[in-house]
Amino acid sequence: MPANSQTRRQVLATGAALAASSLVGEQMSRAAEGSNAIRPFHIDIPAEALVDLRRRISATRWPAREPVTDESQGVQLATMQQLARYWATDYDWRKVEARLNALPQFTTEIDGLDIHFIHVRSNHDNALPLIVTHGWPGSIVEQLKIIDPLANPTAHGASASDAFHLVIPSLPGYGFSGKPTTTGWGAERTANAWVVLMKRLGYTRFASQGGDLGAGVCTAMAKQAPPELLGIHTNFPGTIPTDVARALAAGDPPPPGLLADEKHAYEQLQVLFSKRRAYAQMMGTRPQTLYGLEDSPVGLAAWLFDHGDGYGQPAASITSAVLGRAVNGHSAGDLTRDDVLDDFTLYWLTSTAVSAARFYWELHFSLYNAADVSIPAAVSVFPGENYQAPRSWTERAYKKLIYFNHVAEGGHYAAWEQPKLFSAELRAAFRSLR
Amino acid sequence: MLGTDPLATRQPARGVASEPQLDRRQLLSTAAMGIAAAGAASLFPAYPAPAAPGDAIRPFRAIVPQDAIDDLRRRIAMTRWPDKETAADQSQGVQLAKLQELLQYWGGAYDWRKAEAKLNALPQFMTNIDGVDIHFIHVRSRHPNALPVIITHGWPGSIIEQLKIIDPLTNPTAHGGQAEDAFDVVIPSLPGYGFSARPTGTGWDPDRIARAWAELMKRLGYNRYVAQGGDWGTPISSAMARQAATGLLGIHINLPATVPPEVAAALAGGPVPPGLSEKERAVVEALMISGKNGNLAYFTMMTARPQTVGYGATDSPAGLAAWVLVHPGFAHWTYGADPEKSPTKDDVLDNITLYWLTNTATSAARLYWENGARGSVIVAAAQRTAEISLPVAITVFPEDVYRPPETWARRAYRNLIYFHEVDRGGHFAAWEQPELFSAELRAAFRSLR
Repeated sequence: MPANSQTRRQVLATGAALAASSLVGEQMSRAAEGSNAIRPFHIDIPAEALVDLRRRISATRWPAREPVTDESQGVQLATMQQLARYWATDYDWRKVEARLNALPQFTTEIDGLDIHFIHVRSNHDNALPLIVTHGWPGSIVEQLKIIDPLANPTAHGASASDAFHLVIPSLPGYGFSGKPTTTGWGAERTANAWVVLMKRLGYTRFASQGGDLGAGVCTAMAKQAPPELLGIHTNFPGTIPTDVARALAAGDPPPPGLLADEKHAYEQLQVLFSKRRAYAQMMGTRPQTLYGLEDSPVGLAAWLFDHGDGYGQPAASITSAVLGRAVNGHSAGDLTRDDVLDDFTLYWLTSTAVSAARFYWELHFSLYNAADVSIPAAVSVFPGENYQAPRSWTERAYKKLIYFNHVAEGGHYAAWEQPKLFSAELRAAFRSLR
Repeated sequence: MLGTDPLATRQPARGVASEPQLDRRQLLSTAAMGIAAAGAASLFPAYPAPAAPGDAIRPFRAIVPQDAIDDLRRRIAMTRWPDKETAADQSQGVQLAKLQELLQYWGGAYDWRKAEAKLNALPQFMTNIDGVDIHFIHVRSRHPNALPVIITHGWPGSIIEQLKIIDPLTNPTAHGGQAEDAFDVVIPSLPGYGFSARPTGTGWDPDRIARAWAELMKRLGYNRYVAQGGDWGTPISSAMARQAATGLLGIHINLPATVPPEVAAALAGGPVPPGLSEKERAVVEALMISGKNGNLAYFTMMTARPQTVGYGATDSPAGLAAWVLVHPGFAHWTYGADPEKSPTKDDVLDNITLYWLTNTATSAARLYWENGARGSVIVAAAQRTAEISLPVAITVFPEDVYRPPETWARRAYRNLIYFHEVDRGGHFAAWEQPELFSAELRAAFRSLR
């Protein structure tokens, strides 16, 4: 039985340090010694891995067509075949590889695990250090379009005083980060590692941003409340009050006395929990069942693509991007088909489908329930997210809410779909913490 | 080479995953005359004349092209594996080392042709019912007055589960039973499973399958018969009873819908009802633990997104095997460590290979979607058990996913003629304990003959 020969080290060129660039400050050249070392990282996927991927896609054994005319049974055969045809032919991984390699990438060992991260320092000295965490089925690919707007605001019509230094890690078991070999790497341990990372990079004050699973990491960081953490921003707030959560779990109709936006949120959550969480239940209980996602590129892509309900949130923008048209009124925004395949291909090339699923197994709190955060918190509500958090619930869940805004456009993959709006949100959200 | 040619723009060829152009009929021997001439007339009884030409019963033989088997082996050999689970047990799913070992055997010494030969030694047929070709095994007993029984498998099972009970049921005297307890057995494959065709439209829920089964027994000329089922076979057999199919005398089920309303409410998060007996409380706790342990995540996933689940299970043999083995019915399976214990490694691989060769992983999942709104198969009200007045017989196998107490069974079925909890066996009862299972059917149906 041939073992998976694509160990992470074989796909990495751990070559000589990158030449110092203006984006990498002096702190980097004083990288710590020994196990705290911060090692430059460069992606170099062997051509053979890309050939293998294409070969497998072309050899896909397909199921029969769904007997329905929509996505009510899952991603439609025609959609997957269309995507597969492009993926196996004209799609070019080397483009995103080059984009990533043009950024300062590093790995460092924290708590026994290699953590991969992008680290971009702004030219503006008073920039606010910010760690931005992706979710599932996302990755650092989601954040690529916000790097320059945040680190280099004046080139995007914004003020130098709103600049950020950016740290963009991959979650344990995702992307080029290591895969934990023991249990325990959930949101809390990750949050701890993120604080260690920021301190190792020399930051004595910083903020944290996250959506999806990244929001869970932010909540955990906020609960740990290290003195260096000034505050958090999330586009995926956990706000459901306890009594409302109980009513939802019991399948009750909306409790009486809810405000209009609370009732709307309740109805959205009812649909979400009854129809759109199957994948999360599966990943949260039996991640090691998903062998098909490591062995079949189309199997992987379909699972990542679906994310609960193709036409509905939160996968709506991905469907629109792949099909090249707004599906059910959900615009893809800036998200393109290539972006989506960049993300899926990253999961494939790093063999992280199953290790990524384990994060759900390790997640022991609901990302939707009231986060109960006491440090400064900022929330942006995007209209295409799975539910629109009411202000009333948000204020109770985030006791020091310093910013709350309804954004005009964008969905679950806010940074990916609406990088301009997203960047503007972060500038506004964190202004008061600088 | 398959890949860009959608395999599913037509009814796909059975067992021919890699050659979409091959017509399904090329797989089937329609040489009925040749078979009859071979002198096996007792195996291929004359059926009543069909009511309509489309109702004809056609002999069937499974012939899988060698390149389909070679393709399977090639894919197994090229399996790309995830890293090892981080838990020390199977709580995260099928363990890597166990699955790799199984796949090594599957791609090497395992021989599908043995299973194929076993099937082809049995009388197999195909008949079109309600627009779908239904495959079934039909073995008549040599004993007079044998009671016909239609036995329905579930997921992730198949007719492979039932092979070891055919002789005990049709030939009881060779198994310590009496001639008076003989059965004729009819073993169909569900639509979208095994060699049955895949429905191209929606609506094939347990109620519709039950009506098709009643039609099947009618076509076979049976005007008195019984029905048996576990897993999906239970709701389907129960639907037949509810529909009071003509000729149906009663049913036997081994995963009966018996959870009473107040307990169903507790399982959904409500309070545990007072006044439960010790036995009842133990069952409630077991169900709650089972839910918390994630035993039903696969059920939820297949109900919601069968097509999504299907891609990985259709393109990857490891993906298919892992999905099949996630069923809690396999929780105690030792991967064939004990060659005396049924199902053996070969048995389970016969079953998985049948799903693979017939490309039915996805179509099989659709049954969950069809069931969707009805919800749990073990809740009495959801399965409308109050509407059943025909006799119902139940055997509880102790290692099944749910062990109903007799009190609940009596509340659910007003005409419960038999209730027996045996001392061994689990979810795949017929597969695991063929002799005991057959003895149970003899005892259960004796009073209906």
